[in-house]
Amino acid sequence: MTTLTIENLSTQFFSDAGIAKAVDGVSLSVGRGEILGLVGESGSGKSITGFSILGLVDPPGRITDGRILFQGEDLVGRSEREMRAIRGKKIAMIFQDPMMTLNPVLSIETQMVETVRAHDKVDKAEARRRAIEALGLVGIPSPEERLAAYPHQFSGGMRQRVAIAIALLHRPDLIIADEPTTALDVTIQSQILFEIQKLSQSFGMSLIWISHDLGVVAGLADKIAVMYAGRIVESGSVDTVLDNPVHPYTIGLMRSVPANLERGEPLATIPGMAPSPVNRPSGCPFRLRCFAATEICASEPAETIAGDHAWRCFHPQAEAAP
Amino acid sequence: MTQPLIEARELSKRFTTRLDIAERVANLFGAGLEERTVHAVDGVSLAIRPGEVLGLVGESGCGKSTLGRVLAGIHPSSSGDVFWEGRNVAELSAAETRQAQLAAQMIFQDPMSSLNPRKTVAQAIGEAPLAHGMVRRGDVAAMVADLMERVGLDPSYARRYPHQFSGGQRQRIGIARALAVQPRFLICDESVSALDVSIQAQILNLFMDLRAELGLTYLFISHDLGVVKHISDRVAIMYLGRIVESADADEFFARPNHPYTQALLAEMPTVKQRRRVFQPVKGEIPSPLHPPSGCHFHPRCPYAFEHCRIERPALREIAPGHVSACHLNDAPPTARTTNALHETT
Repeated sequence: MTTLTIENLSTQFFSDAGIAKAVDGVSLSVGRGEILGLVGESGSGKSITGFSILGLVDPPGRITDGRILFQGEDLVGRSEREMRAIRGKKIAMIFQDPMMTLNPVLSIETQMVETVRAHDKVDKAEARRRAIEALGLVGIPSPEERLAAYPHQFSGGMRQRVAIAIALLHRPDLIIADEPTTALDVTIQSQILFEIQKLSQSFGMSLIWISHDLGVVAGLADKIAVMYAGRIVESGSVDTVLDNPVHPYTIGLMRSVPANLERGEPLATIPGMAPSPVNRPSGCPFRLRCFAATEICASEPAETIAGDHAWRCFHPQAEAAP
Repeated sequence: MTQPLIEARELSKRFTTRLDIAERVANLFGAGLEERTVHAVDGVSLAIRPGEVLGLVGESGCGKSTLGRVLAGIHPSSSGDVFWEGRNVAELSAAETRQAQLAAQMIFQDPMSSLNPRKTVAQAIGEAPLAHGMVRRGDVAAMVADLMERVGLDPSYARRYPHQFSGGQRQRIGIARALAVQPRFLICDESVSALDVSIQAQILNLFMDLRAELGLTYLFISHDLGVVKHISDRVAIMYLGRIVESADADEFFARPNHPYTQALLAEMPTVKQRRRVFQPVKGEIPSPLHPPSGCHFHPRCPYAFEHCRIERPALREIAPGHVSACHLNDAPPTARTTNALHETT
């Protein structure tokens, strides 16, 4: 059984400027122990997809359509009370900025013990023992002493480890990680990726890794889903999508990464910029920036599925691998 | 060899926090508090030839931005000299100093914090050349339109404010503003780091076009080796205030010498590597308040031996144009392998 299956999810924000379709009919699935890389640029709706799973979309936004099946049960429409029992226990989230999850005026010990006791009726000593164990798992040296420290006493990389340790406290079945290493230096990023990879393998934890960095996703994930303007435009196994991308947006994205090219060659750019979520073009949202667009693209492209590879495009570029 | 456009010799920049009155009183009672000094830039020598793009790479806190600011004349140096076209800037006349400073312009990471939100684009771009008498008031509008076109902005947006633009467009405004005073040397401090890849590619192409059209020289500061590899002729790696390695780009990426460089290159994520096993460098970047003795990298270095803890390695030429600061280059050729074996057993 898959850990998470999302079917046709739509999350919209109702503002004075109009309805922003942040997530527009997204379907995806993550199996047990599987790592899904959710890739897209800012404003593509990848973070809102993560927030929707956890029921963290605040008004004026709400989920308007679709199902989020977690271990077979739909999470859409659950009460706040029910979601609280799941959040942190079964599904945990890691954010880009660990200061968003850590309270600056409470010691790490207070925050971790509180998290343990929010879901499990254990005494403080037991909660403390689990906190120390979790800190050890993410590679924090001398966890027992560091427990008494406050968030500002940690470096950026260490803070992110603490945030990951908190997410791991209840051995969740699914972790949603929203750009967790984007703010970190390369050597520190590798340390975090190393720990994450190890933990996902040893506990069979599923992971949704939200990132704009194709390089990180290529090295970490099993599957990849590329988002553009609220939709998944291409998805499949990492090898399939990155070796044989068919959607012009995926191809454009890969050609924009400088590391894939010879030095000094001009980078192939995607002209223009992403459309505003309140005012998207009809049909394929990418058509105004697309090199292959024709008149037919003004109508809705259906999803094409070929084995483990799926895309939404009228003009798939079979031979155009970069 | 051509004369460098700008050169730093043994350049240092220290930041010291002075003790406040409470701390001085506490010291009277024997608290033993000391002034803290950060060696942000620690004896850096660097030369950039005209028309060259030098990529300066390092992790956060290594001093790369401070070095850029000292070269741009924004910060004074603590010791050492900066030479502009072979002349020491400390010995230039006031007018010549101004000329040198105008010729070196900086482009920052976050245009939202470097552009005045209450000034229109036309004001932001036109202000400096007008103030320096490089253009007559009546000609400013035409000049702004010309600059906006050059960086790929629609001149009809000249009366808009920075918040009305997207991130990529704002970065273009920052570039147009820097170009307005006809600089010869651009210091780009993480100028594309905050942008989405497709937008980042557009801005990188713009930098390369400008270089071809205007013959600009660049110091391109970034933590992203992929970007630096793409744009640079020469690369320098900085670690805790010191340059540890520098070479022509091809040589640098083909034969990295310093263990820190090798680690950085190994950790660079690329699309080609799938389901890789991450083998991170151990440890964190030490605090620049208390840098390690000897070679700053020795606590994290897999090959470190006793000598590395004691003596600071000098930058030494290991191949033509390729310098590296590592004691292993002086050791017998077998030392590296034996030390590595020693580490794993």
